[in-house]
Amino acid sequence: MHEKTLAELSAALHSKAISSVELTEHYLARIQQLDGTLNSFITVTQELALEQARAADARLADGSAGPLTGIPLAHKDLFCTRGVRTSCGSKMLDNFVAPYESTVTQRFIDAGAVTLGKTNMDEFAMGSSNESSFYGPVRNPWNQELIPGGSSGGSAAAVAARLCAAATGTDTGGSIRQPSGFTGLTGLKPTYGRVSRWGMIAYASSLDQAGPMARTAEDCALLLQAMAGFDERDSTSVEHPVPDYSAELNQPLQGLRVGLPKEYFGEGLDAGIANTIDQAVKQLQALGAEIREVSLPNAELAIPAYYVIASAEASSNLSRFDGVRYGYRCENPTDLMDLYLRSREEGFGAEVKRRIMVGTYALSAGYYDAYYLQAQKIRRLIKNDFLAAFEQVDVILSPTSPIPAFRIGEKIDDPVSLYLTDIYTITANLAGVPGVALPAGFADDLPVGMQLLGPYFSEPRLLNVAHQYQQATDWHTRAPL
Amino acid sequence: MQWEIVIGLEIHAQLTTASKIFSGSATTFGAEPNTQASLVDLAMPGTLPVLNAQAVKNAVKFGLAIDAEIGMTNVFARKNYFYPDLPKGYQISQMDLPIVGKGHVDITLDDGTVKRVGVTRAHLEEDAGKSLHEDFQGMSGIDLNRAGTPLLEIVSEPDMRSAKEAVAYARTIHSLVRYLGICDGNMAEGSFRCDCNVSVRPKGQTEFGTRCELKNINSFRFIERAINTEVQRQIELIEDGGTVVQETRLYDPNKDETRSMRSKEEANDYRYFPDPDLLPVVIEPSFVEQVRSELPELPQQKRERFQSEFGLSAYDASVLSASREMADYFEQVQRTCGDAKLAANWVMGELSSLLNKSDIEIDQSPVSAEQLGGMILRIKDNTISGKIAKMVFEAMANGEGDADQIIEARGLKQVTDTGAIEAMLDEVLAANAAQVEQYRASDEAKRGKMFGFFVGQAMKASRGKANPQQVNQLLKQKLDG
Repeated sequence: MHEKTLAELSAALHSKAISSVELTEHYLARIQQLDGTLNSFITVTQELALEQARAADARLADGSAGPLTGIPLAHKDLFCTRGVRTSCGSKMLDNFVAPYESTVTQRFIDAGAVTLGKTNMDEFAMGSSNESSFYGPVRNPWNQELIPGGSSGGSAAAVAARLCAAATGTDTGGSIRQPSGFTGLTGLKPTYGRVSRWGMIAYASSLDQAGPMARTAEDCALLLQAMAGFDERDSTSVEHPVPDYSAELNQPLQGLRVGLPKEYFGEGLDAGIANTIDQAVKQLQALGAEIREVSLPNAELAIPAYYVIASAEASSNLSRFDGVRYGYRCENPTDLMDLYLRSREEGFGAEVKRRIMVGTYALSAGYYDAYYLQAQKIRRLIKNDFLAAFEQVDVILSPTSPIPAFRIGEKIDDPVSLYLTDIYTITANLAGVPGVALPAGFADDLPVGMQLLGPYFSEPRLLNVAHQYQQATDWHTRAPL
Repeated sequence: MQWEIVIGLEIHAQLTTASKIFSGSATTFGAEPNTQASLVDLAMPGTLPVLNAQAVKNAVKFGLAIDAEIGMTNVFARKNYFYPDLPKGYQISQMDLPIVGKGHVDITLDDGTVKRVGVTRAHLEEDAGKSLHEDFQGMSGIDLNRAGTPLLEIVSEPDMRSAKEAVAYARTIHSLVRYLGICDGNMAEGSFRCDCNVSVRPKGQTEFGTRCELKNINSFRFIERAINTEVQRQIELIEDGGTVVQETRLYDPNKDETRSMRSKEEANDYRYFPDPDLLPVVIEPSFVEQVRSELPELPQQKRERFQSEFGLSAYDASVLSASREMADYFEQVQRTCGDAKLAANWVMGELSSLLNKSDIEIDQSPVSAEQLGGMILRIKDNTISGKIAKMVFEAMANGEGDADQIIEARGLKQVTDTGAIEAMLDEVLAANAAQVEQYRASDEAKRGKMFGFFVGQAMKASRGKANPQQVNQLLKQKLDG
C-alpha cells in the first residue's frame, strides 16, 4: 500500500479499504526495515502514531474525517512537537523536548494526520546535502552512496523510500526544492508568509518557509491546504485568503506562458540535466504552453547576498542557544563566559559555527554597510527582476540544481562549491515568491528536478502546471529501491 | 578656569500595558520569579514576537505630548549581546527609525524661568530580566518576569547645564508620563530609570568635552548628587592634567562616588539590524489624530489654564500642575470652595508642609480635597478666621473629622456679634486704662504703632474667635472716639 499516493491512500481510508492503524503499522514496519541505512528519521514516534491512527480511524468511522485524516506523515525535526524531542539536527538540542506544538504540526494534528516521527536534516537547516546533521548523513534511496540533498534531506529520503505518505520540509534557500529534485519528489515552497513560522526553529527568519514534500502535485495541494493560513502568532504571516489548492489542478495549460531565464541555462549546468529539462519544456509545449526566454539579470548576485543575509539572521537567531535555559550545557562551567563558550563550542557543528561567524562579521560595526546593507539592496534588485519577468510570463522554469546528487563526503571540505549548487533555488527565497520542484526525468539513473516559480500567491497555478505535467508523464511514479 | 557642565539624559520609562510588549504575559511587579514568563519570554526555539498595540499607542501619546515628529514607519531592530537575563541573546529595540522623533519639553527652574530642552528621540524596546546573585551559593538565579516589559527610552539633547536642570528635566518627563497615564513613574520599582551623560568644558568652548554615562540612577535626589560628584571628578581630573575617558560609570550613593563599569573599548558591538520577525510598524494619520483627541490636559496646558482661569502666578501655577495628583487635588479644593487663590495658598502652604513633614504623597493626604475646600468655605463665610483655620486644619490632619465638626466640637466659631465684641472690647480697654490714656495723648504716627497692642489683647481675650475686621473697626471707633 506504500505505492499509493497520499490522495489514493486518502480514498482508500475513506472507502474503508484500509484502516489508518494498518497503514501506520505498515509504514512503521518499513521504517524499521529500511531506515537503519537511510537514516532519514531522527525520532520515530511509534506510540504517538498508533494512538493518532486509532483516533483517525474513529473519525473515519463517524464521518468527521477530512482528506488527511489517518494519513501517516513525517515532520522535519525543526517543527516543535509537544512532548517529542525537537533536535533541529543538532547536538545543541539533542535533549530538547518541545513544551509546545508548532502551528504547522498542530494543523496536521487537527486535520487528523498521523505523525510517524521527526526527520533528519542539516544542522539548524544549514546545508544542501544533509551531511551537517549531528545524527549523521542521510542516504539517497536512489543510490545510497549519494546525498539526498538538504536541508530537508530526511523528509526527502523518507518520502522517496515510501517510509511515509508525505512529509513537511522547510525551504530557506532551496531546502525543499533541491532535495525533492534529487529524490524524485514534488515539493512546494510557498510564498513567504503563506505558512506560519510559529514553532518552526528559525534559521533565517526572512527567508524560512515551510512547505509540503510529497509524490505528486495533487498531494502537495492537499497538504498545503492544511498548512496555509494567517497565524496571529507570526507577525510575518500574511492575511491573504486561502484558496482551494485542488480546485485548479485540472485546468488545461493552453496559453500558459513559461519563461526560461537565460542566466539559468549557461555555464555550470550539467549536460544530462540540461537535456532532461529540455525534454520537459517540450512536453509543456505539447500541453499548450508558450515558451519564452526571460532574464533575471541579478541572479548571479543571489548566492553572495543570500549567504550574507541568511548568516546574519542566523547569527542572531542562534544566540538563544547559550546553555542557560534549555539544550546542551557544557560540563562543570567555571564561570559565565566558560558556560557560553564551551556550551556553544561543543553544542554546534562546524557548518553552523561557520555561518554564525560569517553573519556576526557581516553585522559588525564597519562592515554592516558593505555586507548586510549591500546584500539587502541586491535582494530588492532580485525581487524587481522577478516582478519584471512575471509581467511577461506566468511561470519561470529551470532545473532545481545545476548538478545531480553527489557522493556523501564529496563536497564536505569545500563549502563554497556546495553553496554554489543553490544557484537556482535561492532567488525565490530572496524575492519571497513560491516555487515547486517536480521530477522531470532521469540523467545517469538519477532523478532530475524541474523548478517552476510563480508570482506571489500563485501556488494554485504552480500546482496546476505541475499536475498537468504529471498527468502527461510518469516520472513521479518511479520508485527507488 | 570656569567650567561649563553639559548633561543629556536617557530615561527608561516602563509602559503600563496589561501584557508585555511582544508576548501575552502579565507585567505585574513583584510576582514569584519566572511566573510571568511565557514561551516567548523564555526565548523557546521557534517562538516569535507579536507587537503589543497598546505600547505603540502609549509611545505615540508621549510623542504628541512633546510635540515630536511621529515615526509613521518605524522599525524594530535587534541589539545583539549575550547576558543570562537576556534570553534571546538580543534585545528587540529600535535604532534607525524610532517611533518618536525630535521633540521638546519646557522645564521650570527654581527661579521660575522656563527653559526648553530638546528630546532627540524616544523608542520602544523590551526590558531584560533580572539576575539574582544572592541565595544561590556561587551561582546566579535568573528571573524573567520583567523580560519583555515594554520600555520607552527617551533620549534628550545635551541641553542641560547643571544638575538642577537635569533634575528639573527628569521631573518634567516623570510628571508628563504620569499625566499621560503611560507609566506609573515608580522609581523604587524601576519603572522610571535614568542614565545621565555628563561632560564638562571650559566656558566659552563650543566643542563638547568627553562624556561619561552614569547608569541606572533611581531617585531624583541621586541624579543631582551623582551628576555633581561626577562633574567634580571630571574637573579635578582635567585640572590635574588628566583626560576624561569615555566610559560607563556607576554611582554609589553610599560612598557618594562614581566608579568605572566599562570603557568604550570594552563596549559591545551590538550588531543592530532590523528584526526580520517583525514587520515595520506603519502608523496611519487617523490613528495619530485619534490618540491626539484622547490626550488628557498636559502639565503645560494646565499651568497656562491655572493662570488664565484662576489668576494664579506663574510660580503657583507651575507648582500646582507639577503632578497630576497635585493638580487634581487643587482643582477639587477650588471646586468645593470656589476660591482659587485661597485654595492655592492652602495646598501650597499648610498641606504641602504637612505632606513634607510626614514624607507622604498628595494622594495619601490625611486631609481630603473636599475637607480642605469645606474648611476654606468656613473662612470665606467668616465662621472662622485664618488663624483658627490652622488649628482646624491640624485637627483634620489628626483625623478629628470635617471642619464643621471640629469647629462645633471645639467651639471655634468666630464671634461676629457686634454687641458681644463691643462688650469684650470695653473690658479690654478698662483693663488697660493706662495704655488707653497714653494712646489718646499720642500723635497719629505713634497711635498706629500702639493700635496693634489693643488688637492683640482683644484677640487674646476672645481666644482668637472674634472677627478680626470687626475688632479693628470697633476698636478704632472706641479709641479714637
